[in-house]
Amino acid sequence: MEVALSLAIGILTASGLWLLFRPRTFQVILGLSLLSYAVNLFIIAAGRLRTDAPPIVGKGPADAAAYADPLPQALVLTAIVISFATTALLLVVLMASRGLTGTDHVDGEDGEA
Amino acid sequence: MHDTHYLLAVLCLPFLGSVIAAALPQAGRNWASAIAGTIALAGFALVAAFYPAVAAGEVIRHQAPWLPSLGLQFTLRLDGFTWLFALLVLAIGALVILYARYYMSPKDPVPRFFAFLQAFMGAMLGIVLSGNLIQLAFFWELTSLFSFLLIGYWHHNQGARDGARMALIVTGFGGVCMLVGFLLIGRMAGSYDVDAVLAAGPAIRSHEAYLPALILVLLGAFTKSAQVPFHFWLPHAMAAPTPVSAYLHSATMVKAGIFLLILLWPVLSGTESWYLIVTTAGLATLLVGAWSAIFQQDLKGLLAYSTISHLGLITLLLGLGSPLAAVAAIFHTINHATFKASLFMAVGIIDHETGTRDFRRLSGLAKFMPVTATLAMVAAAAMAGVPLLNGFLSKEMFLAEALEAHSGTVIDVVLPYLATLASAFSVFYSIRFIHKTFFGPAPTNIPRIPHEAPHWMRVPIEILVLACLLVGVLPALTIGPFLGIAVEAVLAERTPAYSLSIWHGFNLPLLMSVTALVGGGLAYSRFGSRLDTIERSPVIGRLRARRTFEAVLAAIVDTARALHRTLGTRRLQVQLRLLIGTAILLGSLPFLFLGYSVGPVPISLIDPVFALLWLIGGLCAIGAAWQAKFHRLVALSLIGGAGLATSISFIWLSAPDLGLTQLLVEIVTLVLLLLGLRWLPLRKPDVWTQARVPLMVQLRRARDLIIALLGGLGMAALSYAMMTRPRTDSISRYFVENAYPEGGGANVVNVILVDFRGFDTLGEITVLAIVALTVFTLLRRFRPAPESIELPHQQQRQNDFDHAEEDRAHGDTLAHYLFVPRIIMQWLFPLILTFSVYLLMRGHDLPGGGFAGGVTASIAILLLYMAGGTRWVEARLDIRPLRWISAGLLIAAGTGAAAWLFGRPFLTSYFTYLPVPLIGDVPVASALVFDIGVFTVVVGTTVLILIALAHQSIRSPLKKKKPAGEVNLVDAPEGGN
Repeated sequence: MEVALSLAIGILTASGLWLLFRPRTFQVILGLSLLSYAVNLFIIAAGRLRTDAPPIVGKGPADAAAYADPLPQALVLTAIVISFATTALLLVVLMASRGLTGTDHVDGEDGEA
Repeated sequence: MHDTHYLLAVLCLPFLGSVIAAALPQAGRNWASAIAGTIALAGFALVAAFYPAVAAGEVIRHQAPWLPSLGLQFTLRLDGFTWLFALLVLAIGALVILYARYYMSPKDPVPRFFAFLQAFMGAMLGIVLSGNLIQLAFFWELTSLFSFLLIGYWHHNQGARDGARMALIVTGFGGVCMLVGFLLIGRMAGSYDVDAVLAAGPAIRSHEAYLPALILVLLGAFTKSAQVPFHFWLPHAMAAPTPVSAYLHSATMVKAGIFLLILLWPVLSGTESWYLIVTTAGLATLLVGAWSAIFQQDLKGLLAYSTISHLGLITLLLGLGSPLAAVAAIFHTINHATFKASLFMAVGIIDHETGTRDFRRLSGLAKFMPVTATLAMVAAAAMAGVPLLNGFLSKEMFLAEALEAHSGTVIDVVLPYLATLASAFSVFYSIRFIHKTFFGPAPTNIPRIPHEAPHWMRVPIEILVLACLLVGVLPALTIGPFLGIAVEAVLAERTPAYSLSIWHGFNLPLLMSVTALVGGGLAYSRFGSRLDTIERSPVIGRLRARRTFEAVLAAIVDTARALHRTLGTRRLQVQLRLLIGTAILLGSLPFLFLGYSVGPVPISLIDPVFALLWLIGGLCAIGAAWQAKFHRLVALSLIGGAGLATSISFIWLSAPDLGLTQLLVEIVTLVLLLLGLRWLPLRKPDVWTQARVPLMVQLRRARDLIIALLGGLGMAALSYAMMTRPRTDSISRYFVENAYPEGGGANVVNVILVDFRGFDTLGEITVLAIVALTVFTLLRRFRPAPESIELPHQQQRQNDFDHAEEDRAHGDTLAHYLFVPRIIMQWLFPLILTFSVYLLMRGHDLPGGGFAGGVTASIAILLLYMAGGTRWVEARLDIRPLRWISAGLLIAAGTGAAAWLFGRPFLTSYFTYLPVPLIGDVPVASALVFDIGVFTVVVGTTVLILIALAHQSIRSPLKKKKPAGEVNLVDAPEGGN
């Protein structure tokens, strides 16, 4: 599993970075989405991989070793919602910039393609 | 009186008065001055009431925790010396306020003036009363800031702006140095508390960091007290209204540096470096100031340089390091404040009445304003050191100290002569001031016919001059006891025997005084008439400290600009490449140095389904990267595929909450981006001149690809190395073990979010709300590009079809488009909404919660929009996302604040079990109410963003009145190809 997840994180990162360097705003937004998947998975991986052990405890005393690490999950949960907000903000900035400058180039002017 | 809260009141009252004054209308001149005066007098009375305790040698302290984790306490401290200084600040403050009431023109925004003045007074009191060095530095910076505002009060005047800026930069620079010096002292003394520092004197003086600390602290004091070579800001600060000059340059601003030197005198003085630096600076300032004062043509300029010179005198005395010299310094500080404040006020009256402050135009004013003239003459005589006035007494002490041998260096030899010379200069400019202004023929070349100023404007001067006289004639009876306790507080067991009488017999100091008086007088009668033609001070006039200051400033700015030009770029792509490149480099450094190795934990076997999942997910990601340029919709779908794989992975890896939320957010994001697609330009294939992609572009792409691959490889390697190592113990254990007993919830992730780390979540939903508002605001001004304004192709074709057919009205096809799915979507609305509430309610124990529930509810609303169209929905439902956001924030913050009612810290949660008939015990947790707040904010945010975007289409000018289904917005110009 570790191998598969590492590869997945690697591929998501590489695709995201490639898009991040593109000159068109839409590409950059998609790149950031991919990057955020990669980072979120990475944070989850920091709690190590557990299957069938969701951190939902019983009413009695709980043994931490029996459950997946809840801390990265709490971090990622907020990250997911925040990344939606940033995507929205970027999209609107993109639209405004396009309306003002007439181009969707990240610098507001058509330099390199 | 021992209640130390009065001390706090003394400090807070001026700031309170400042806020009140700031809120007064422009015409509230009388109110503003009355309030300010009352507050200054009240402060004076409060401080004065501490006399019995202070006189008994007590140190009054008021403490409150400030930053306990850093060992910092908010401490107010009052001993004999600070008591006297605080009284001085408040008394002269009260007089200045009275004076300013008559000086300021009703045309100026006078309440603002009093707001600044009182804030400045408060900051100055803060310095004086601080019992902790860091706190002192804070108030020190505040005085710099408020003096900037005061000097620049007439901000329409270029000179005022420049003077204010210069004062701020010079004193601000010194303040930073001083803070660093304080940090060093705090390290040496083991505490920032003033009393602790005072007790640690010997340890500090023998510490190796003593010299750097000394120099840094002195930089602070010297810049504030306008010591050479930082004296140049003071004359430029004369652009301030005269009451400001009277206050800043007599009892406060410049005296703050002196105050600091006296406060730390027992700790820092007595070493060779202290003696050399402080004495030299003081002596140079004394001479430069006195010499320059002679050649000023502006009354205030003369007073400014005279102030510099007197500050130099006090600094010199402190530098000598003997207890008697310290007594003289404290005494002269008080005396200088009284006569200098009155002189500034007198000059203000002259300026007010004649319209000029130029020596060459003034003459014979004694006939027009005899009272002011008399007052000014007495004050100027005190400045010159004429017997029977207070200036004489401290000057005598100074001359006596100048005669003492202190170090055995050359300074001992020259000091008596230079001191006499400086005194003679002082006599010279004092005579010139009086003679030129008040004697001689009536002035001819002045804008107004002068007459006596209003009575109440003269009262402050009268009081101050009376003080000069009383102290000068009966020193032991008037100032004696107060000076005594101040000296006692500073010098403690080193307090010397000194005598405050006027007559000490025929001795050398008296001879020096007489020499100075006679010499100054003779020099004036010999050269005085020639001064009018001189534009700048001879000899030192060439040393333009101001020009150096400006050159340094310009050099700093130029260097910064040059650096910005060479190293900065406005191109986002370059910035991003640099950023990512640096991250990759820094991330790989440890591997390069320490080697890469896989950890000892055995890896688990790959589940084939998981491998297949990521085979598809990876292909989706690569495909999206490949297609994002020309096929946006395809790329968007592929991104969705990668997102789905991520979401499934979360569930697989025991994070059901994440999987759920990711899936829901994925839907909303997709709709969001689809809504945006319409406003993007049609992307045509690149047309290169040589019909093939140029080499440069290919190289650029290859470079980007390499960086991207390196980044991906690095992340993969890092993840693998991390996952194969054992997990270290973290705070997670605490969360798991206490989620149920402490938080009353079985879903640990949710308990962390709404309980353990509720404050973080509150911050996060605030961020969400801010983003939504930003999006909303940006879109209100949104102007689409011209080619995007037209209706999408699909709608155009539908409408064309309607027009072509006779039995169809415009918009019929659109209205029937996807009719059945739309009905189903409308029917789904209550179901989804119920589901979202279910997710919210069960969140504390099972996957779900405010975030997931909120996104679900917004999806319900979204579906309705897509099914019915914007106008259809808004005619039927009251969609008020802005109110939802505010309500949610209020609920969340209110839940947190409710804990205060029970005496608990903010956001303390509470839970219990309520017995409900039939159902049994139902857990009730305050965290659920908090989660409802989260839910409401998330719904409001998501809906606000998406609705604002959707509304762009119906704002489009070509739009007909027929409602437009959101489905149609989805069709971007190149959608689906």
